[in-house]
Amino acid sequence: MKGILGKKLGMTQIFMEDGRLVGVTVIEAGPVRVLQKKEKDKDGYETLQMGFDKIRKGKNVTKPMQGHFKKTSSPMFRFLKEIGMEGFNAGDDIRVDIFSRGEKISVTGTSKGKGFQGVMKRHNYKGGPGSHGSMFNRAPGSIGQSSYPSRVWKNKALPGHMGDERITTKNLKIVDIRDEQNLMLVEGAVPGANGGYLIIRSEAPVAVKEN
Amino acid sequence: MNAIKVIEEGYKKEIPPFRIGDTVSVSMKIKEGEKERVQTFTGIVIGRKGSGTRESFMVRKISYGIGVEKIFPIHSPLIENIKVVKQGVVRRAKLYYLRDKKGKAAKVKEKTFLRK
Repeated sequence: MKGILGKKLGMTQIFMEDGRLVGVTVIEAGPVRVLQKKEKDKDGYETLQMGFDKIRKGKNVTKPMQGHFKKTSSPMFRFLKEIGMEGFNAGDDIRVDIFSRGEKISVTGTSKGKGFQGVMKRHNYKGGPGSHGSMFNRAPGSIGQSSYPSRVWKNKALPGHMGDERITTKNLKIVDIRDEQNLMLVEGAVPGANGGYLIIRSEAPVAVKEN
Repeated sequence: MNAIKVIEEGYKKEIPPFRIGDTVSVSMKIKEGEKERVQTFTGIVIGRKGSGTRESFMVRKISYGIGVEKIFPIHSPLIENIKVVKQGVVRRAKLYYLRDKKGKAAKVKEKTFLRK
């Protein structure tokens, strides 16, 4: 797997060579500094810890974090994440050119927060009629049976907080890589608001059970 | 935001000035299997829409007695050339009223002196 960190800049439309107009998300991807290499013997797993989005002043960065940045004599970063990637060492810089045009990627971000939402918006319930004396407008309806089970089933879809969660969108196609400007153009939408941080990976990570 | 503007700017083309009511001839590349050829579509511009790279314009013509309208994205790489054949005098931005007119009534007054 390969990966990089980035920031969603926004969306636009571009023309392809065959004249098609496609909607793309513009991502500022990297350059990213490898801050630490986690090793199997020492840490129990292998990943690269990367830093993205430089902090210029850094007076609010804690002393322990400052020391961590100093170890690789790198600037301070706002966004740190680990990606299970190989071929780089602590102190190296990773740029967008590890990816190429046409590749499929998965992008992880934090979705836009929607606040406390009802069941129609949050779980696509149909709701009831709006008028004609109906009093069942946007209500969830019955949430279970009587004597058995005498409780509400687990995972019952009910109103609650929606959005502002970690979302991974898989199989997004890279339309263009602009290496000099550290830009990546991805076909379609990417989770989160403009300016949100993203983890861009060649494949979505799969949880592995160890026996 | 700035980076996005730079990207959009890169797709913009030099467009000859034309207005609503003008008669234009649009040459468009068309792919037929492996072969590529240029097709021209000549008609009256009945509307322009959008801005920046998203801008498009609508051309209407009567083809064998049947009204045909085509919408072109102005900055499409498939458009080879836009040529103004005639300049028209109109007083509105969208000439949808031409759809209900027939024959002579479906004409746009031509400009007698040339626009700078």
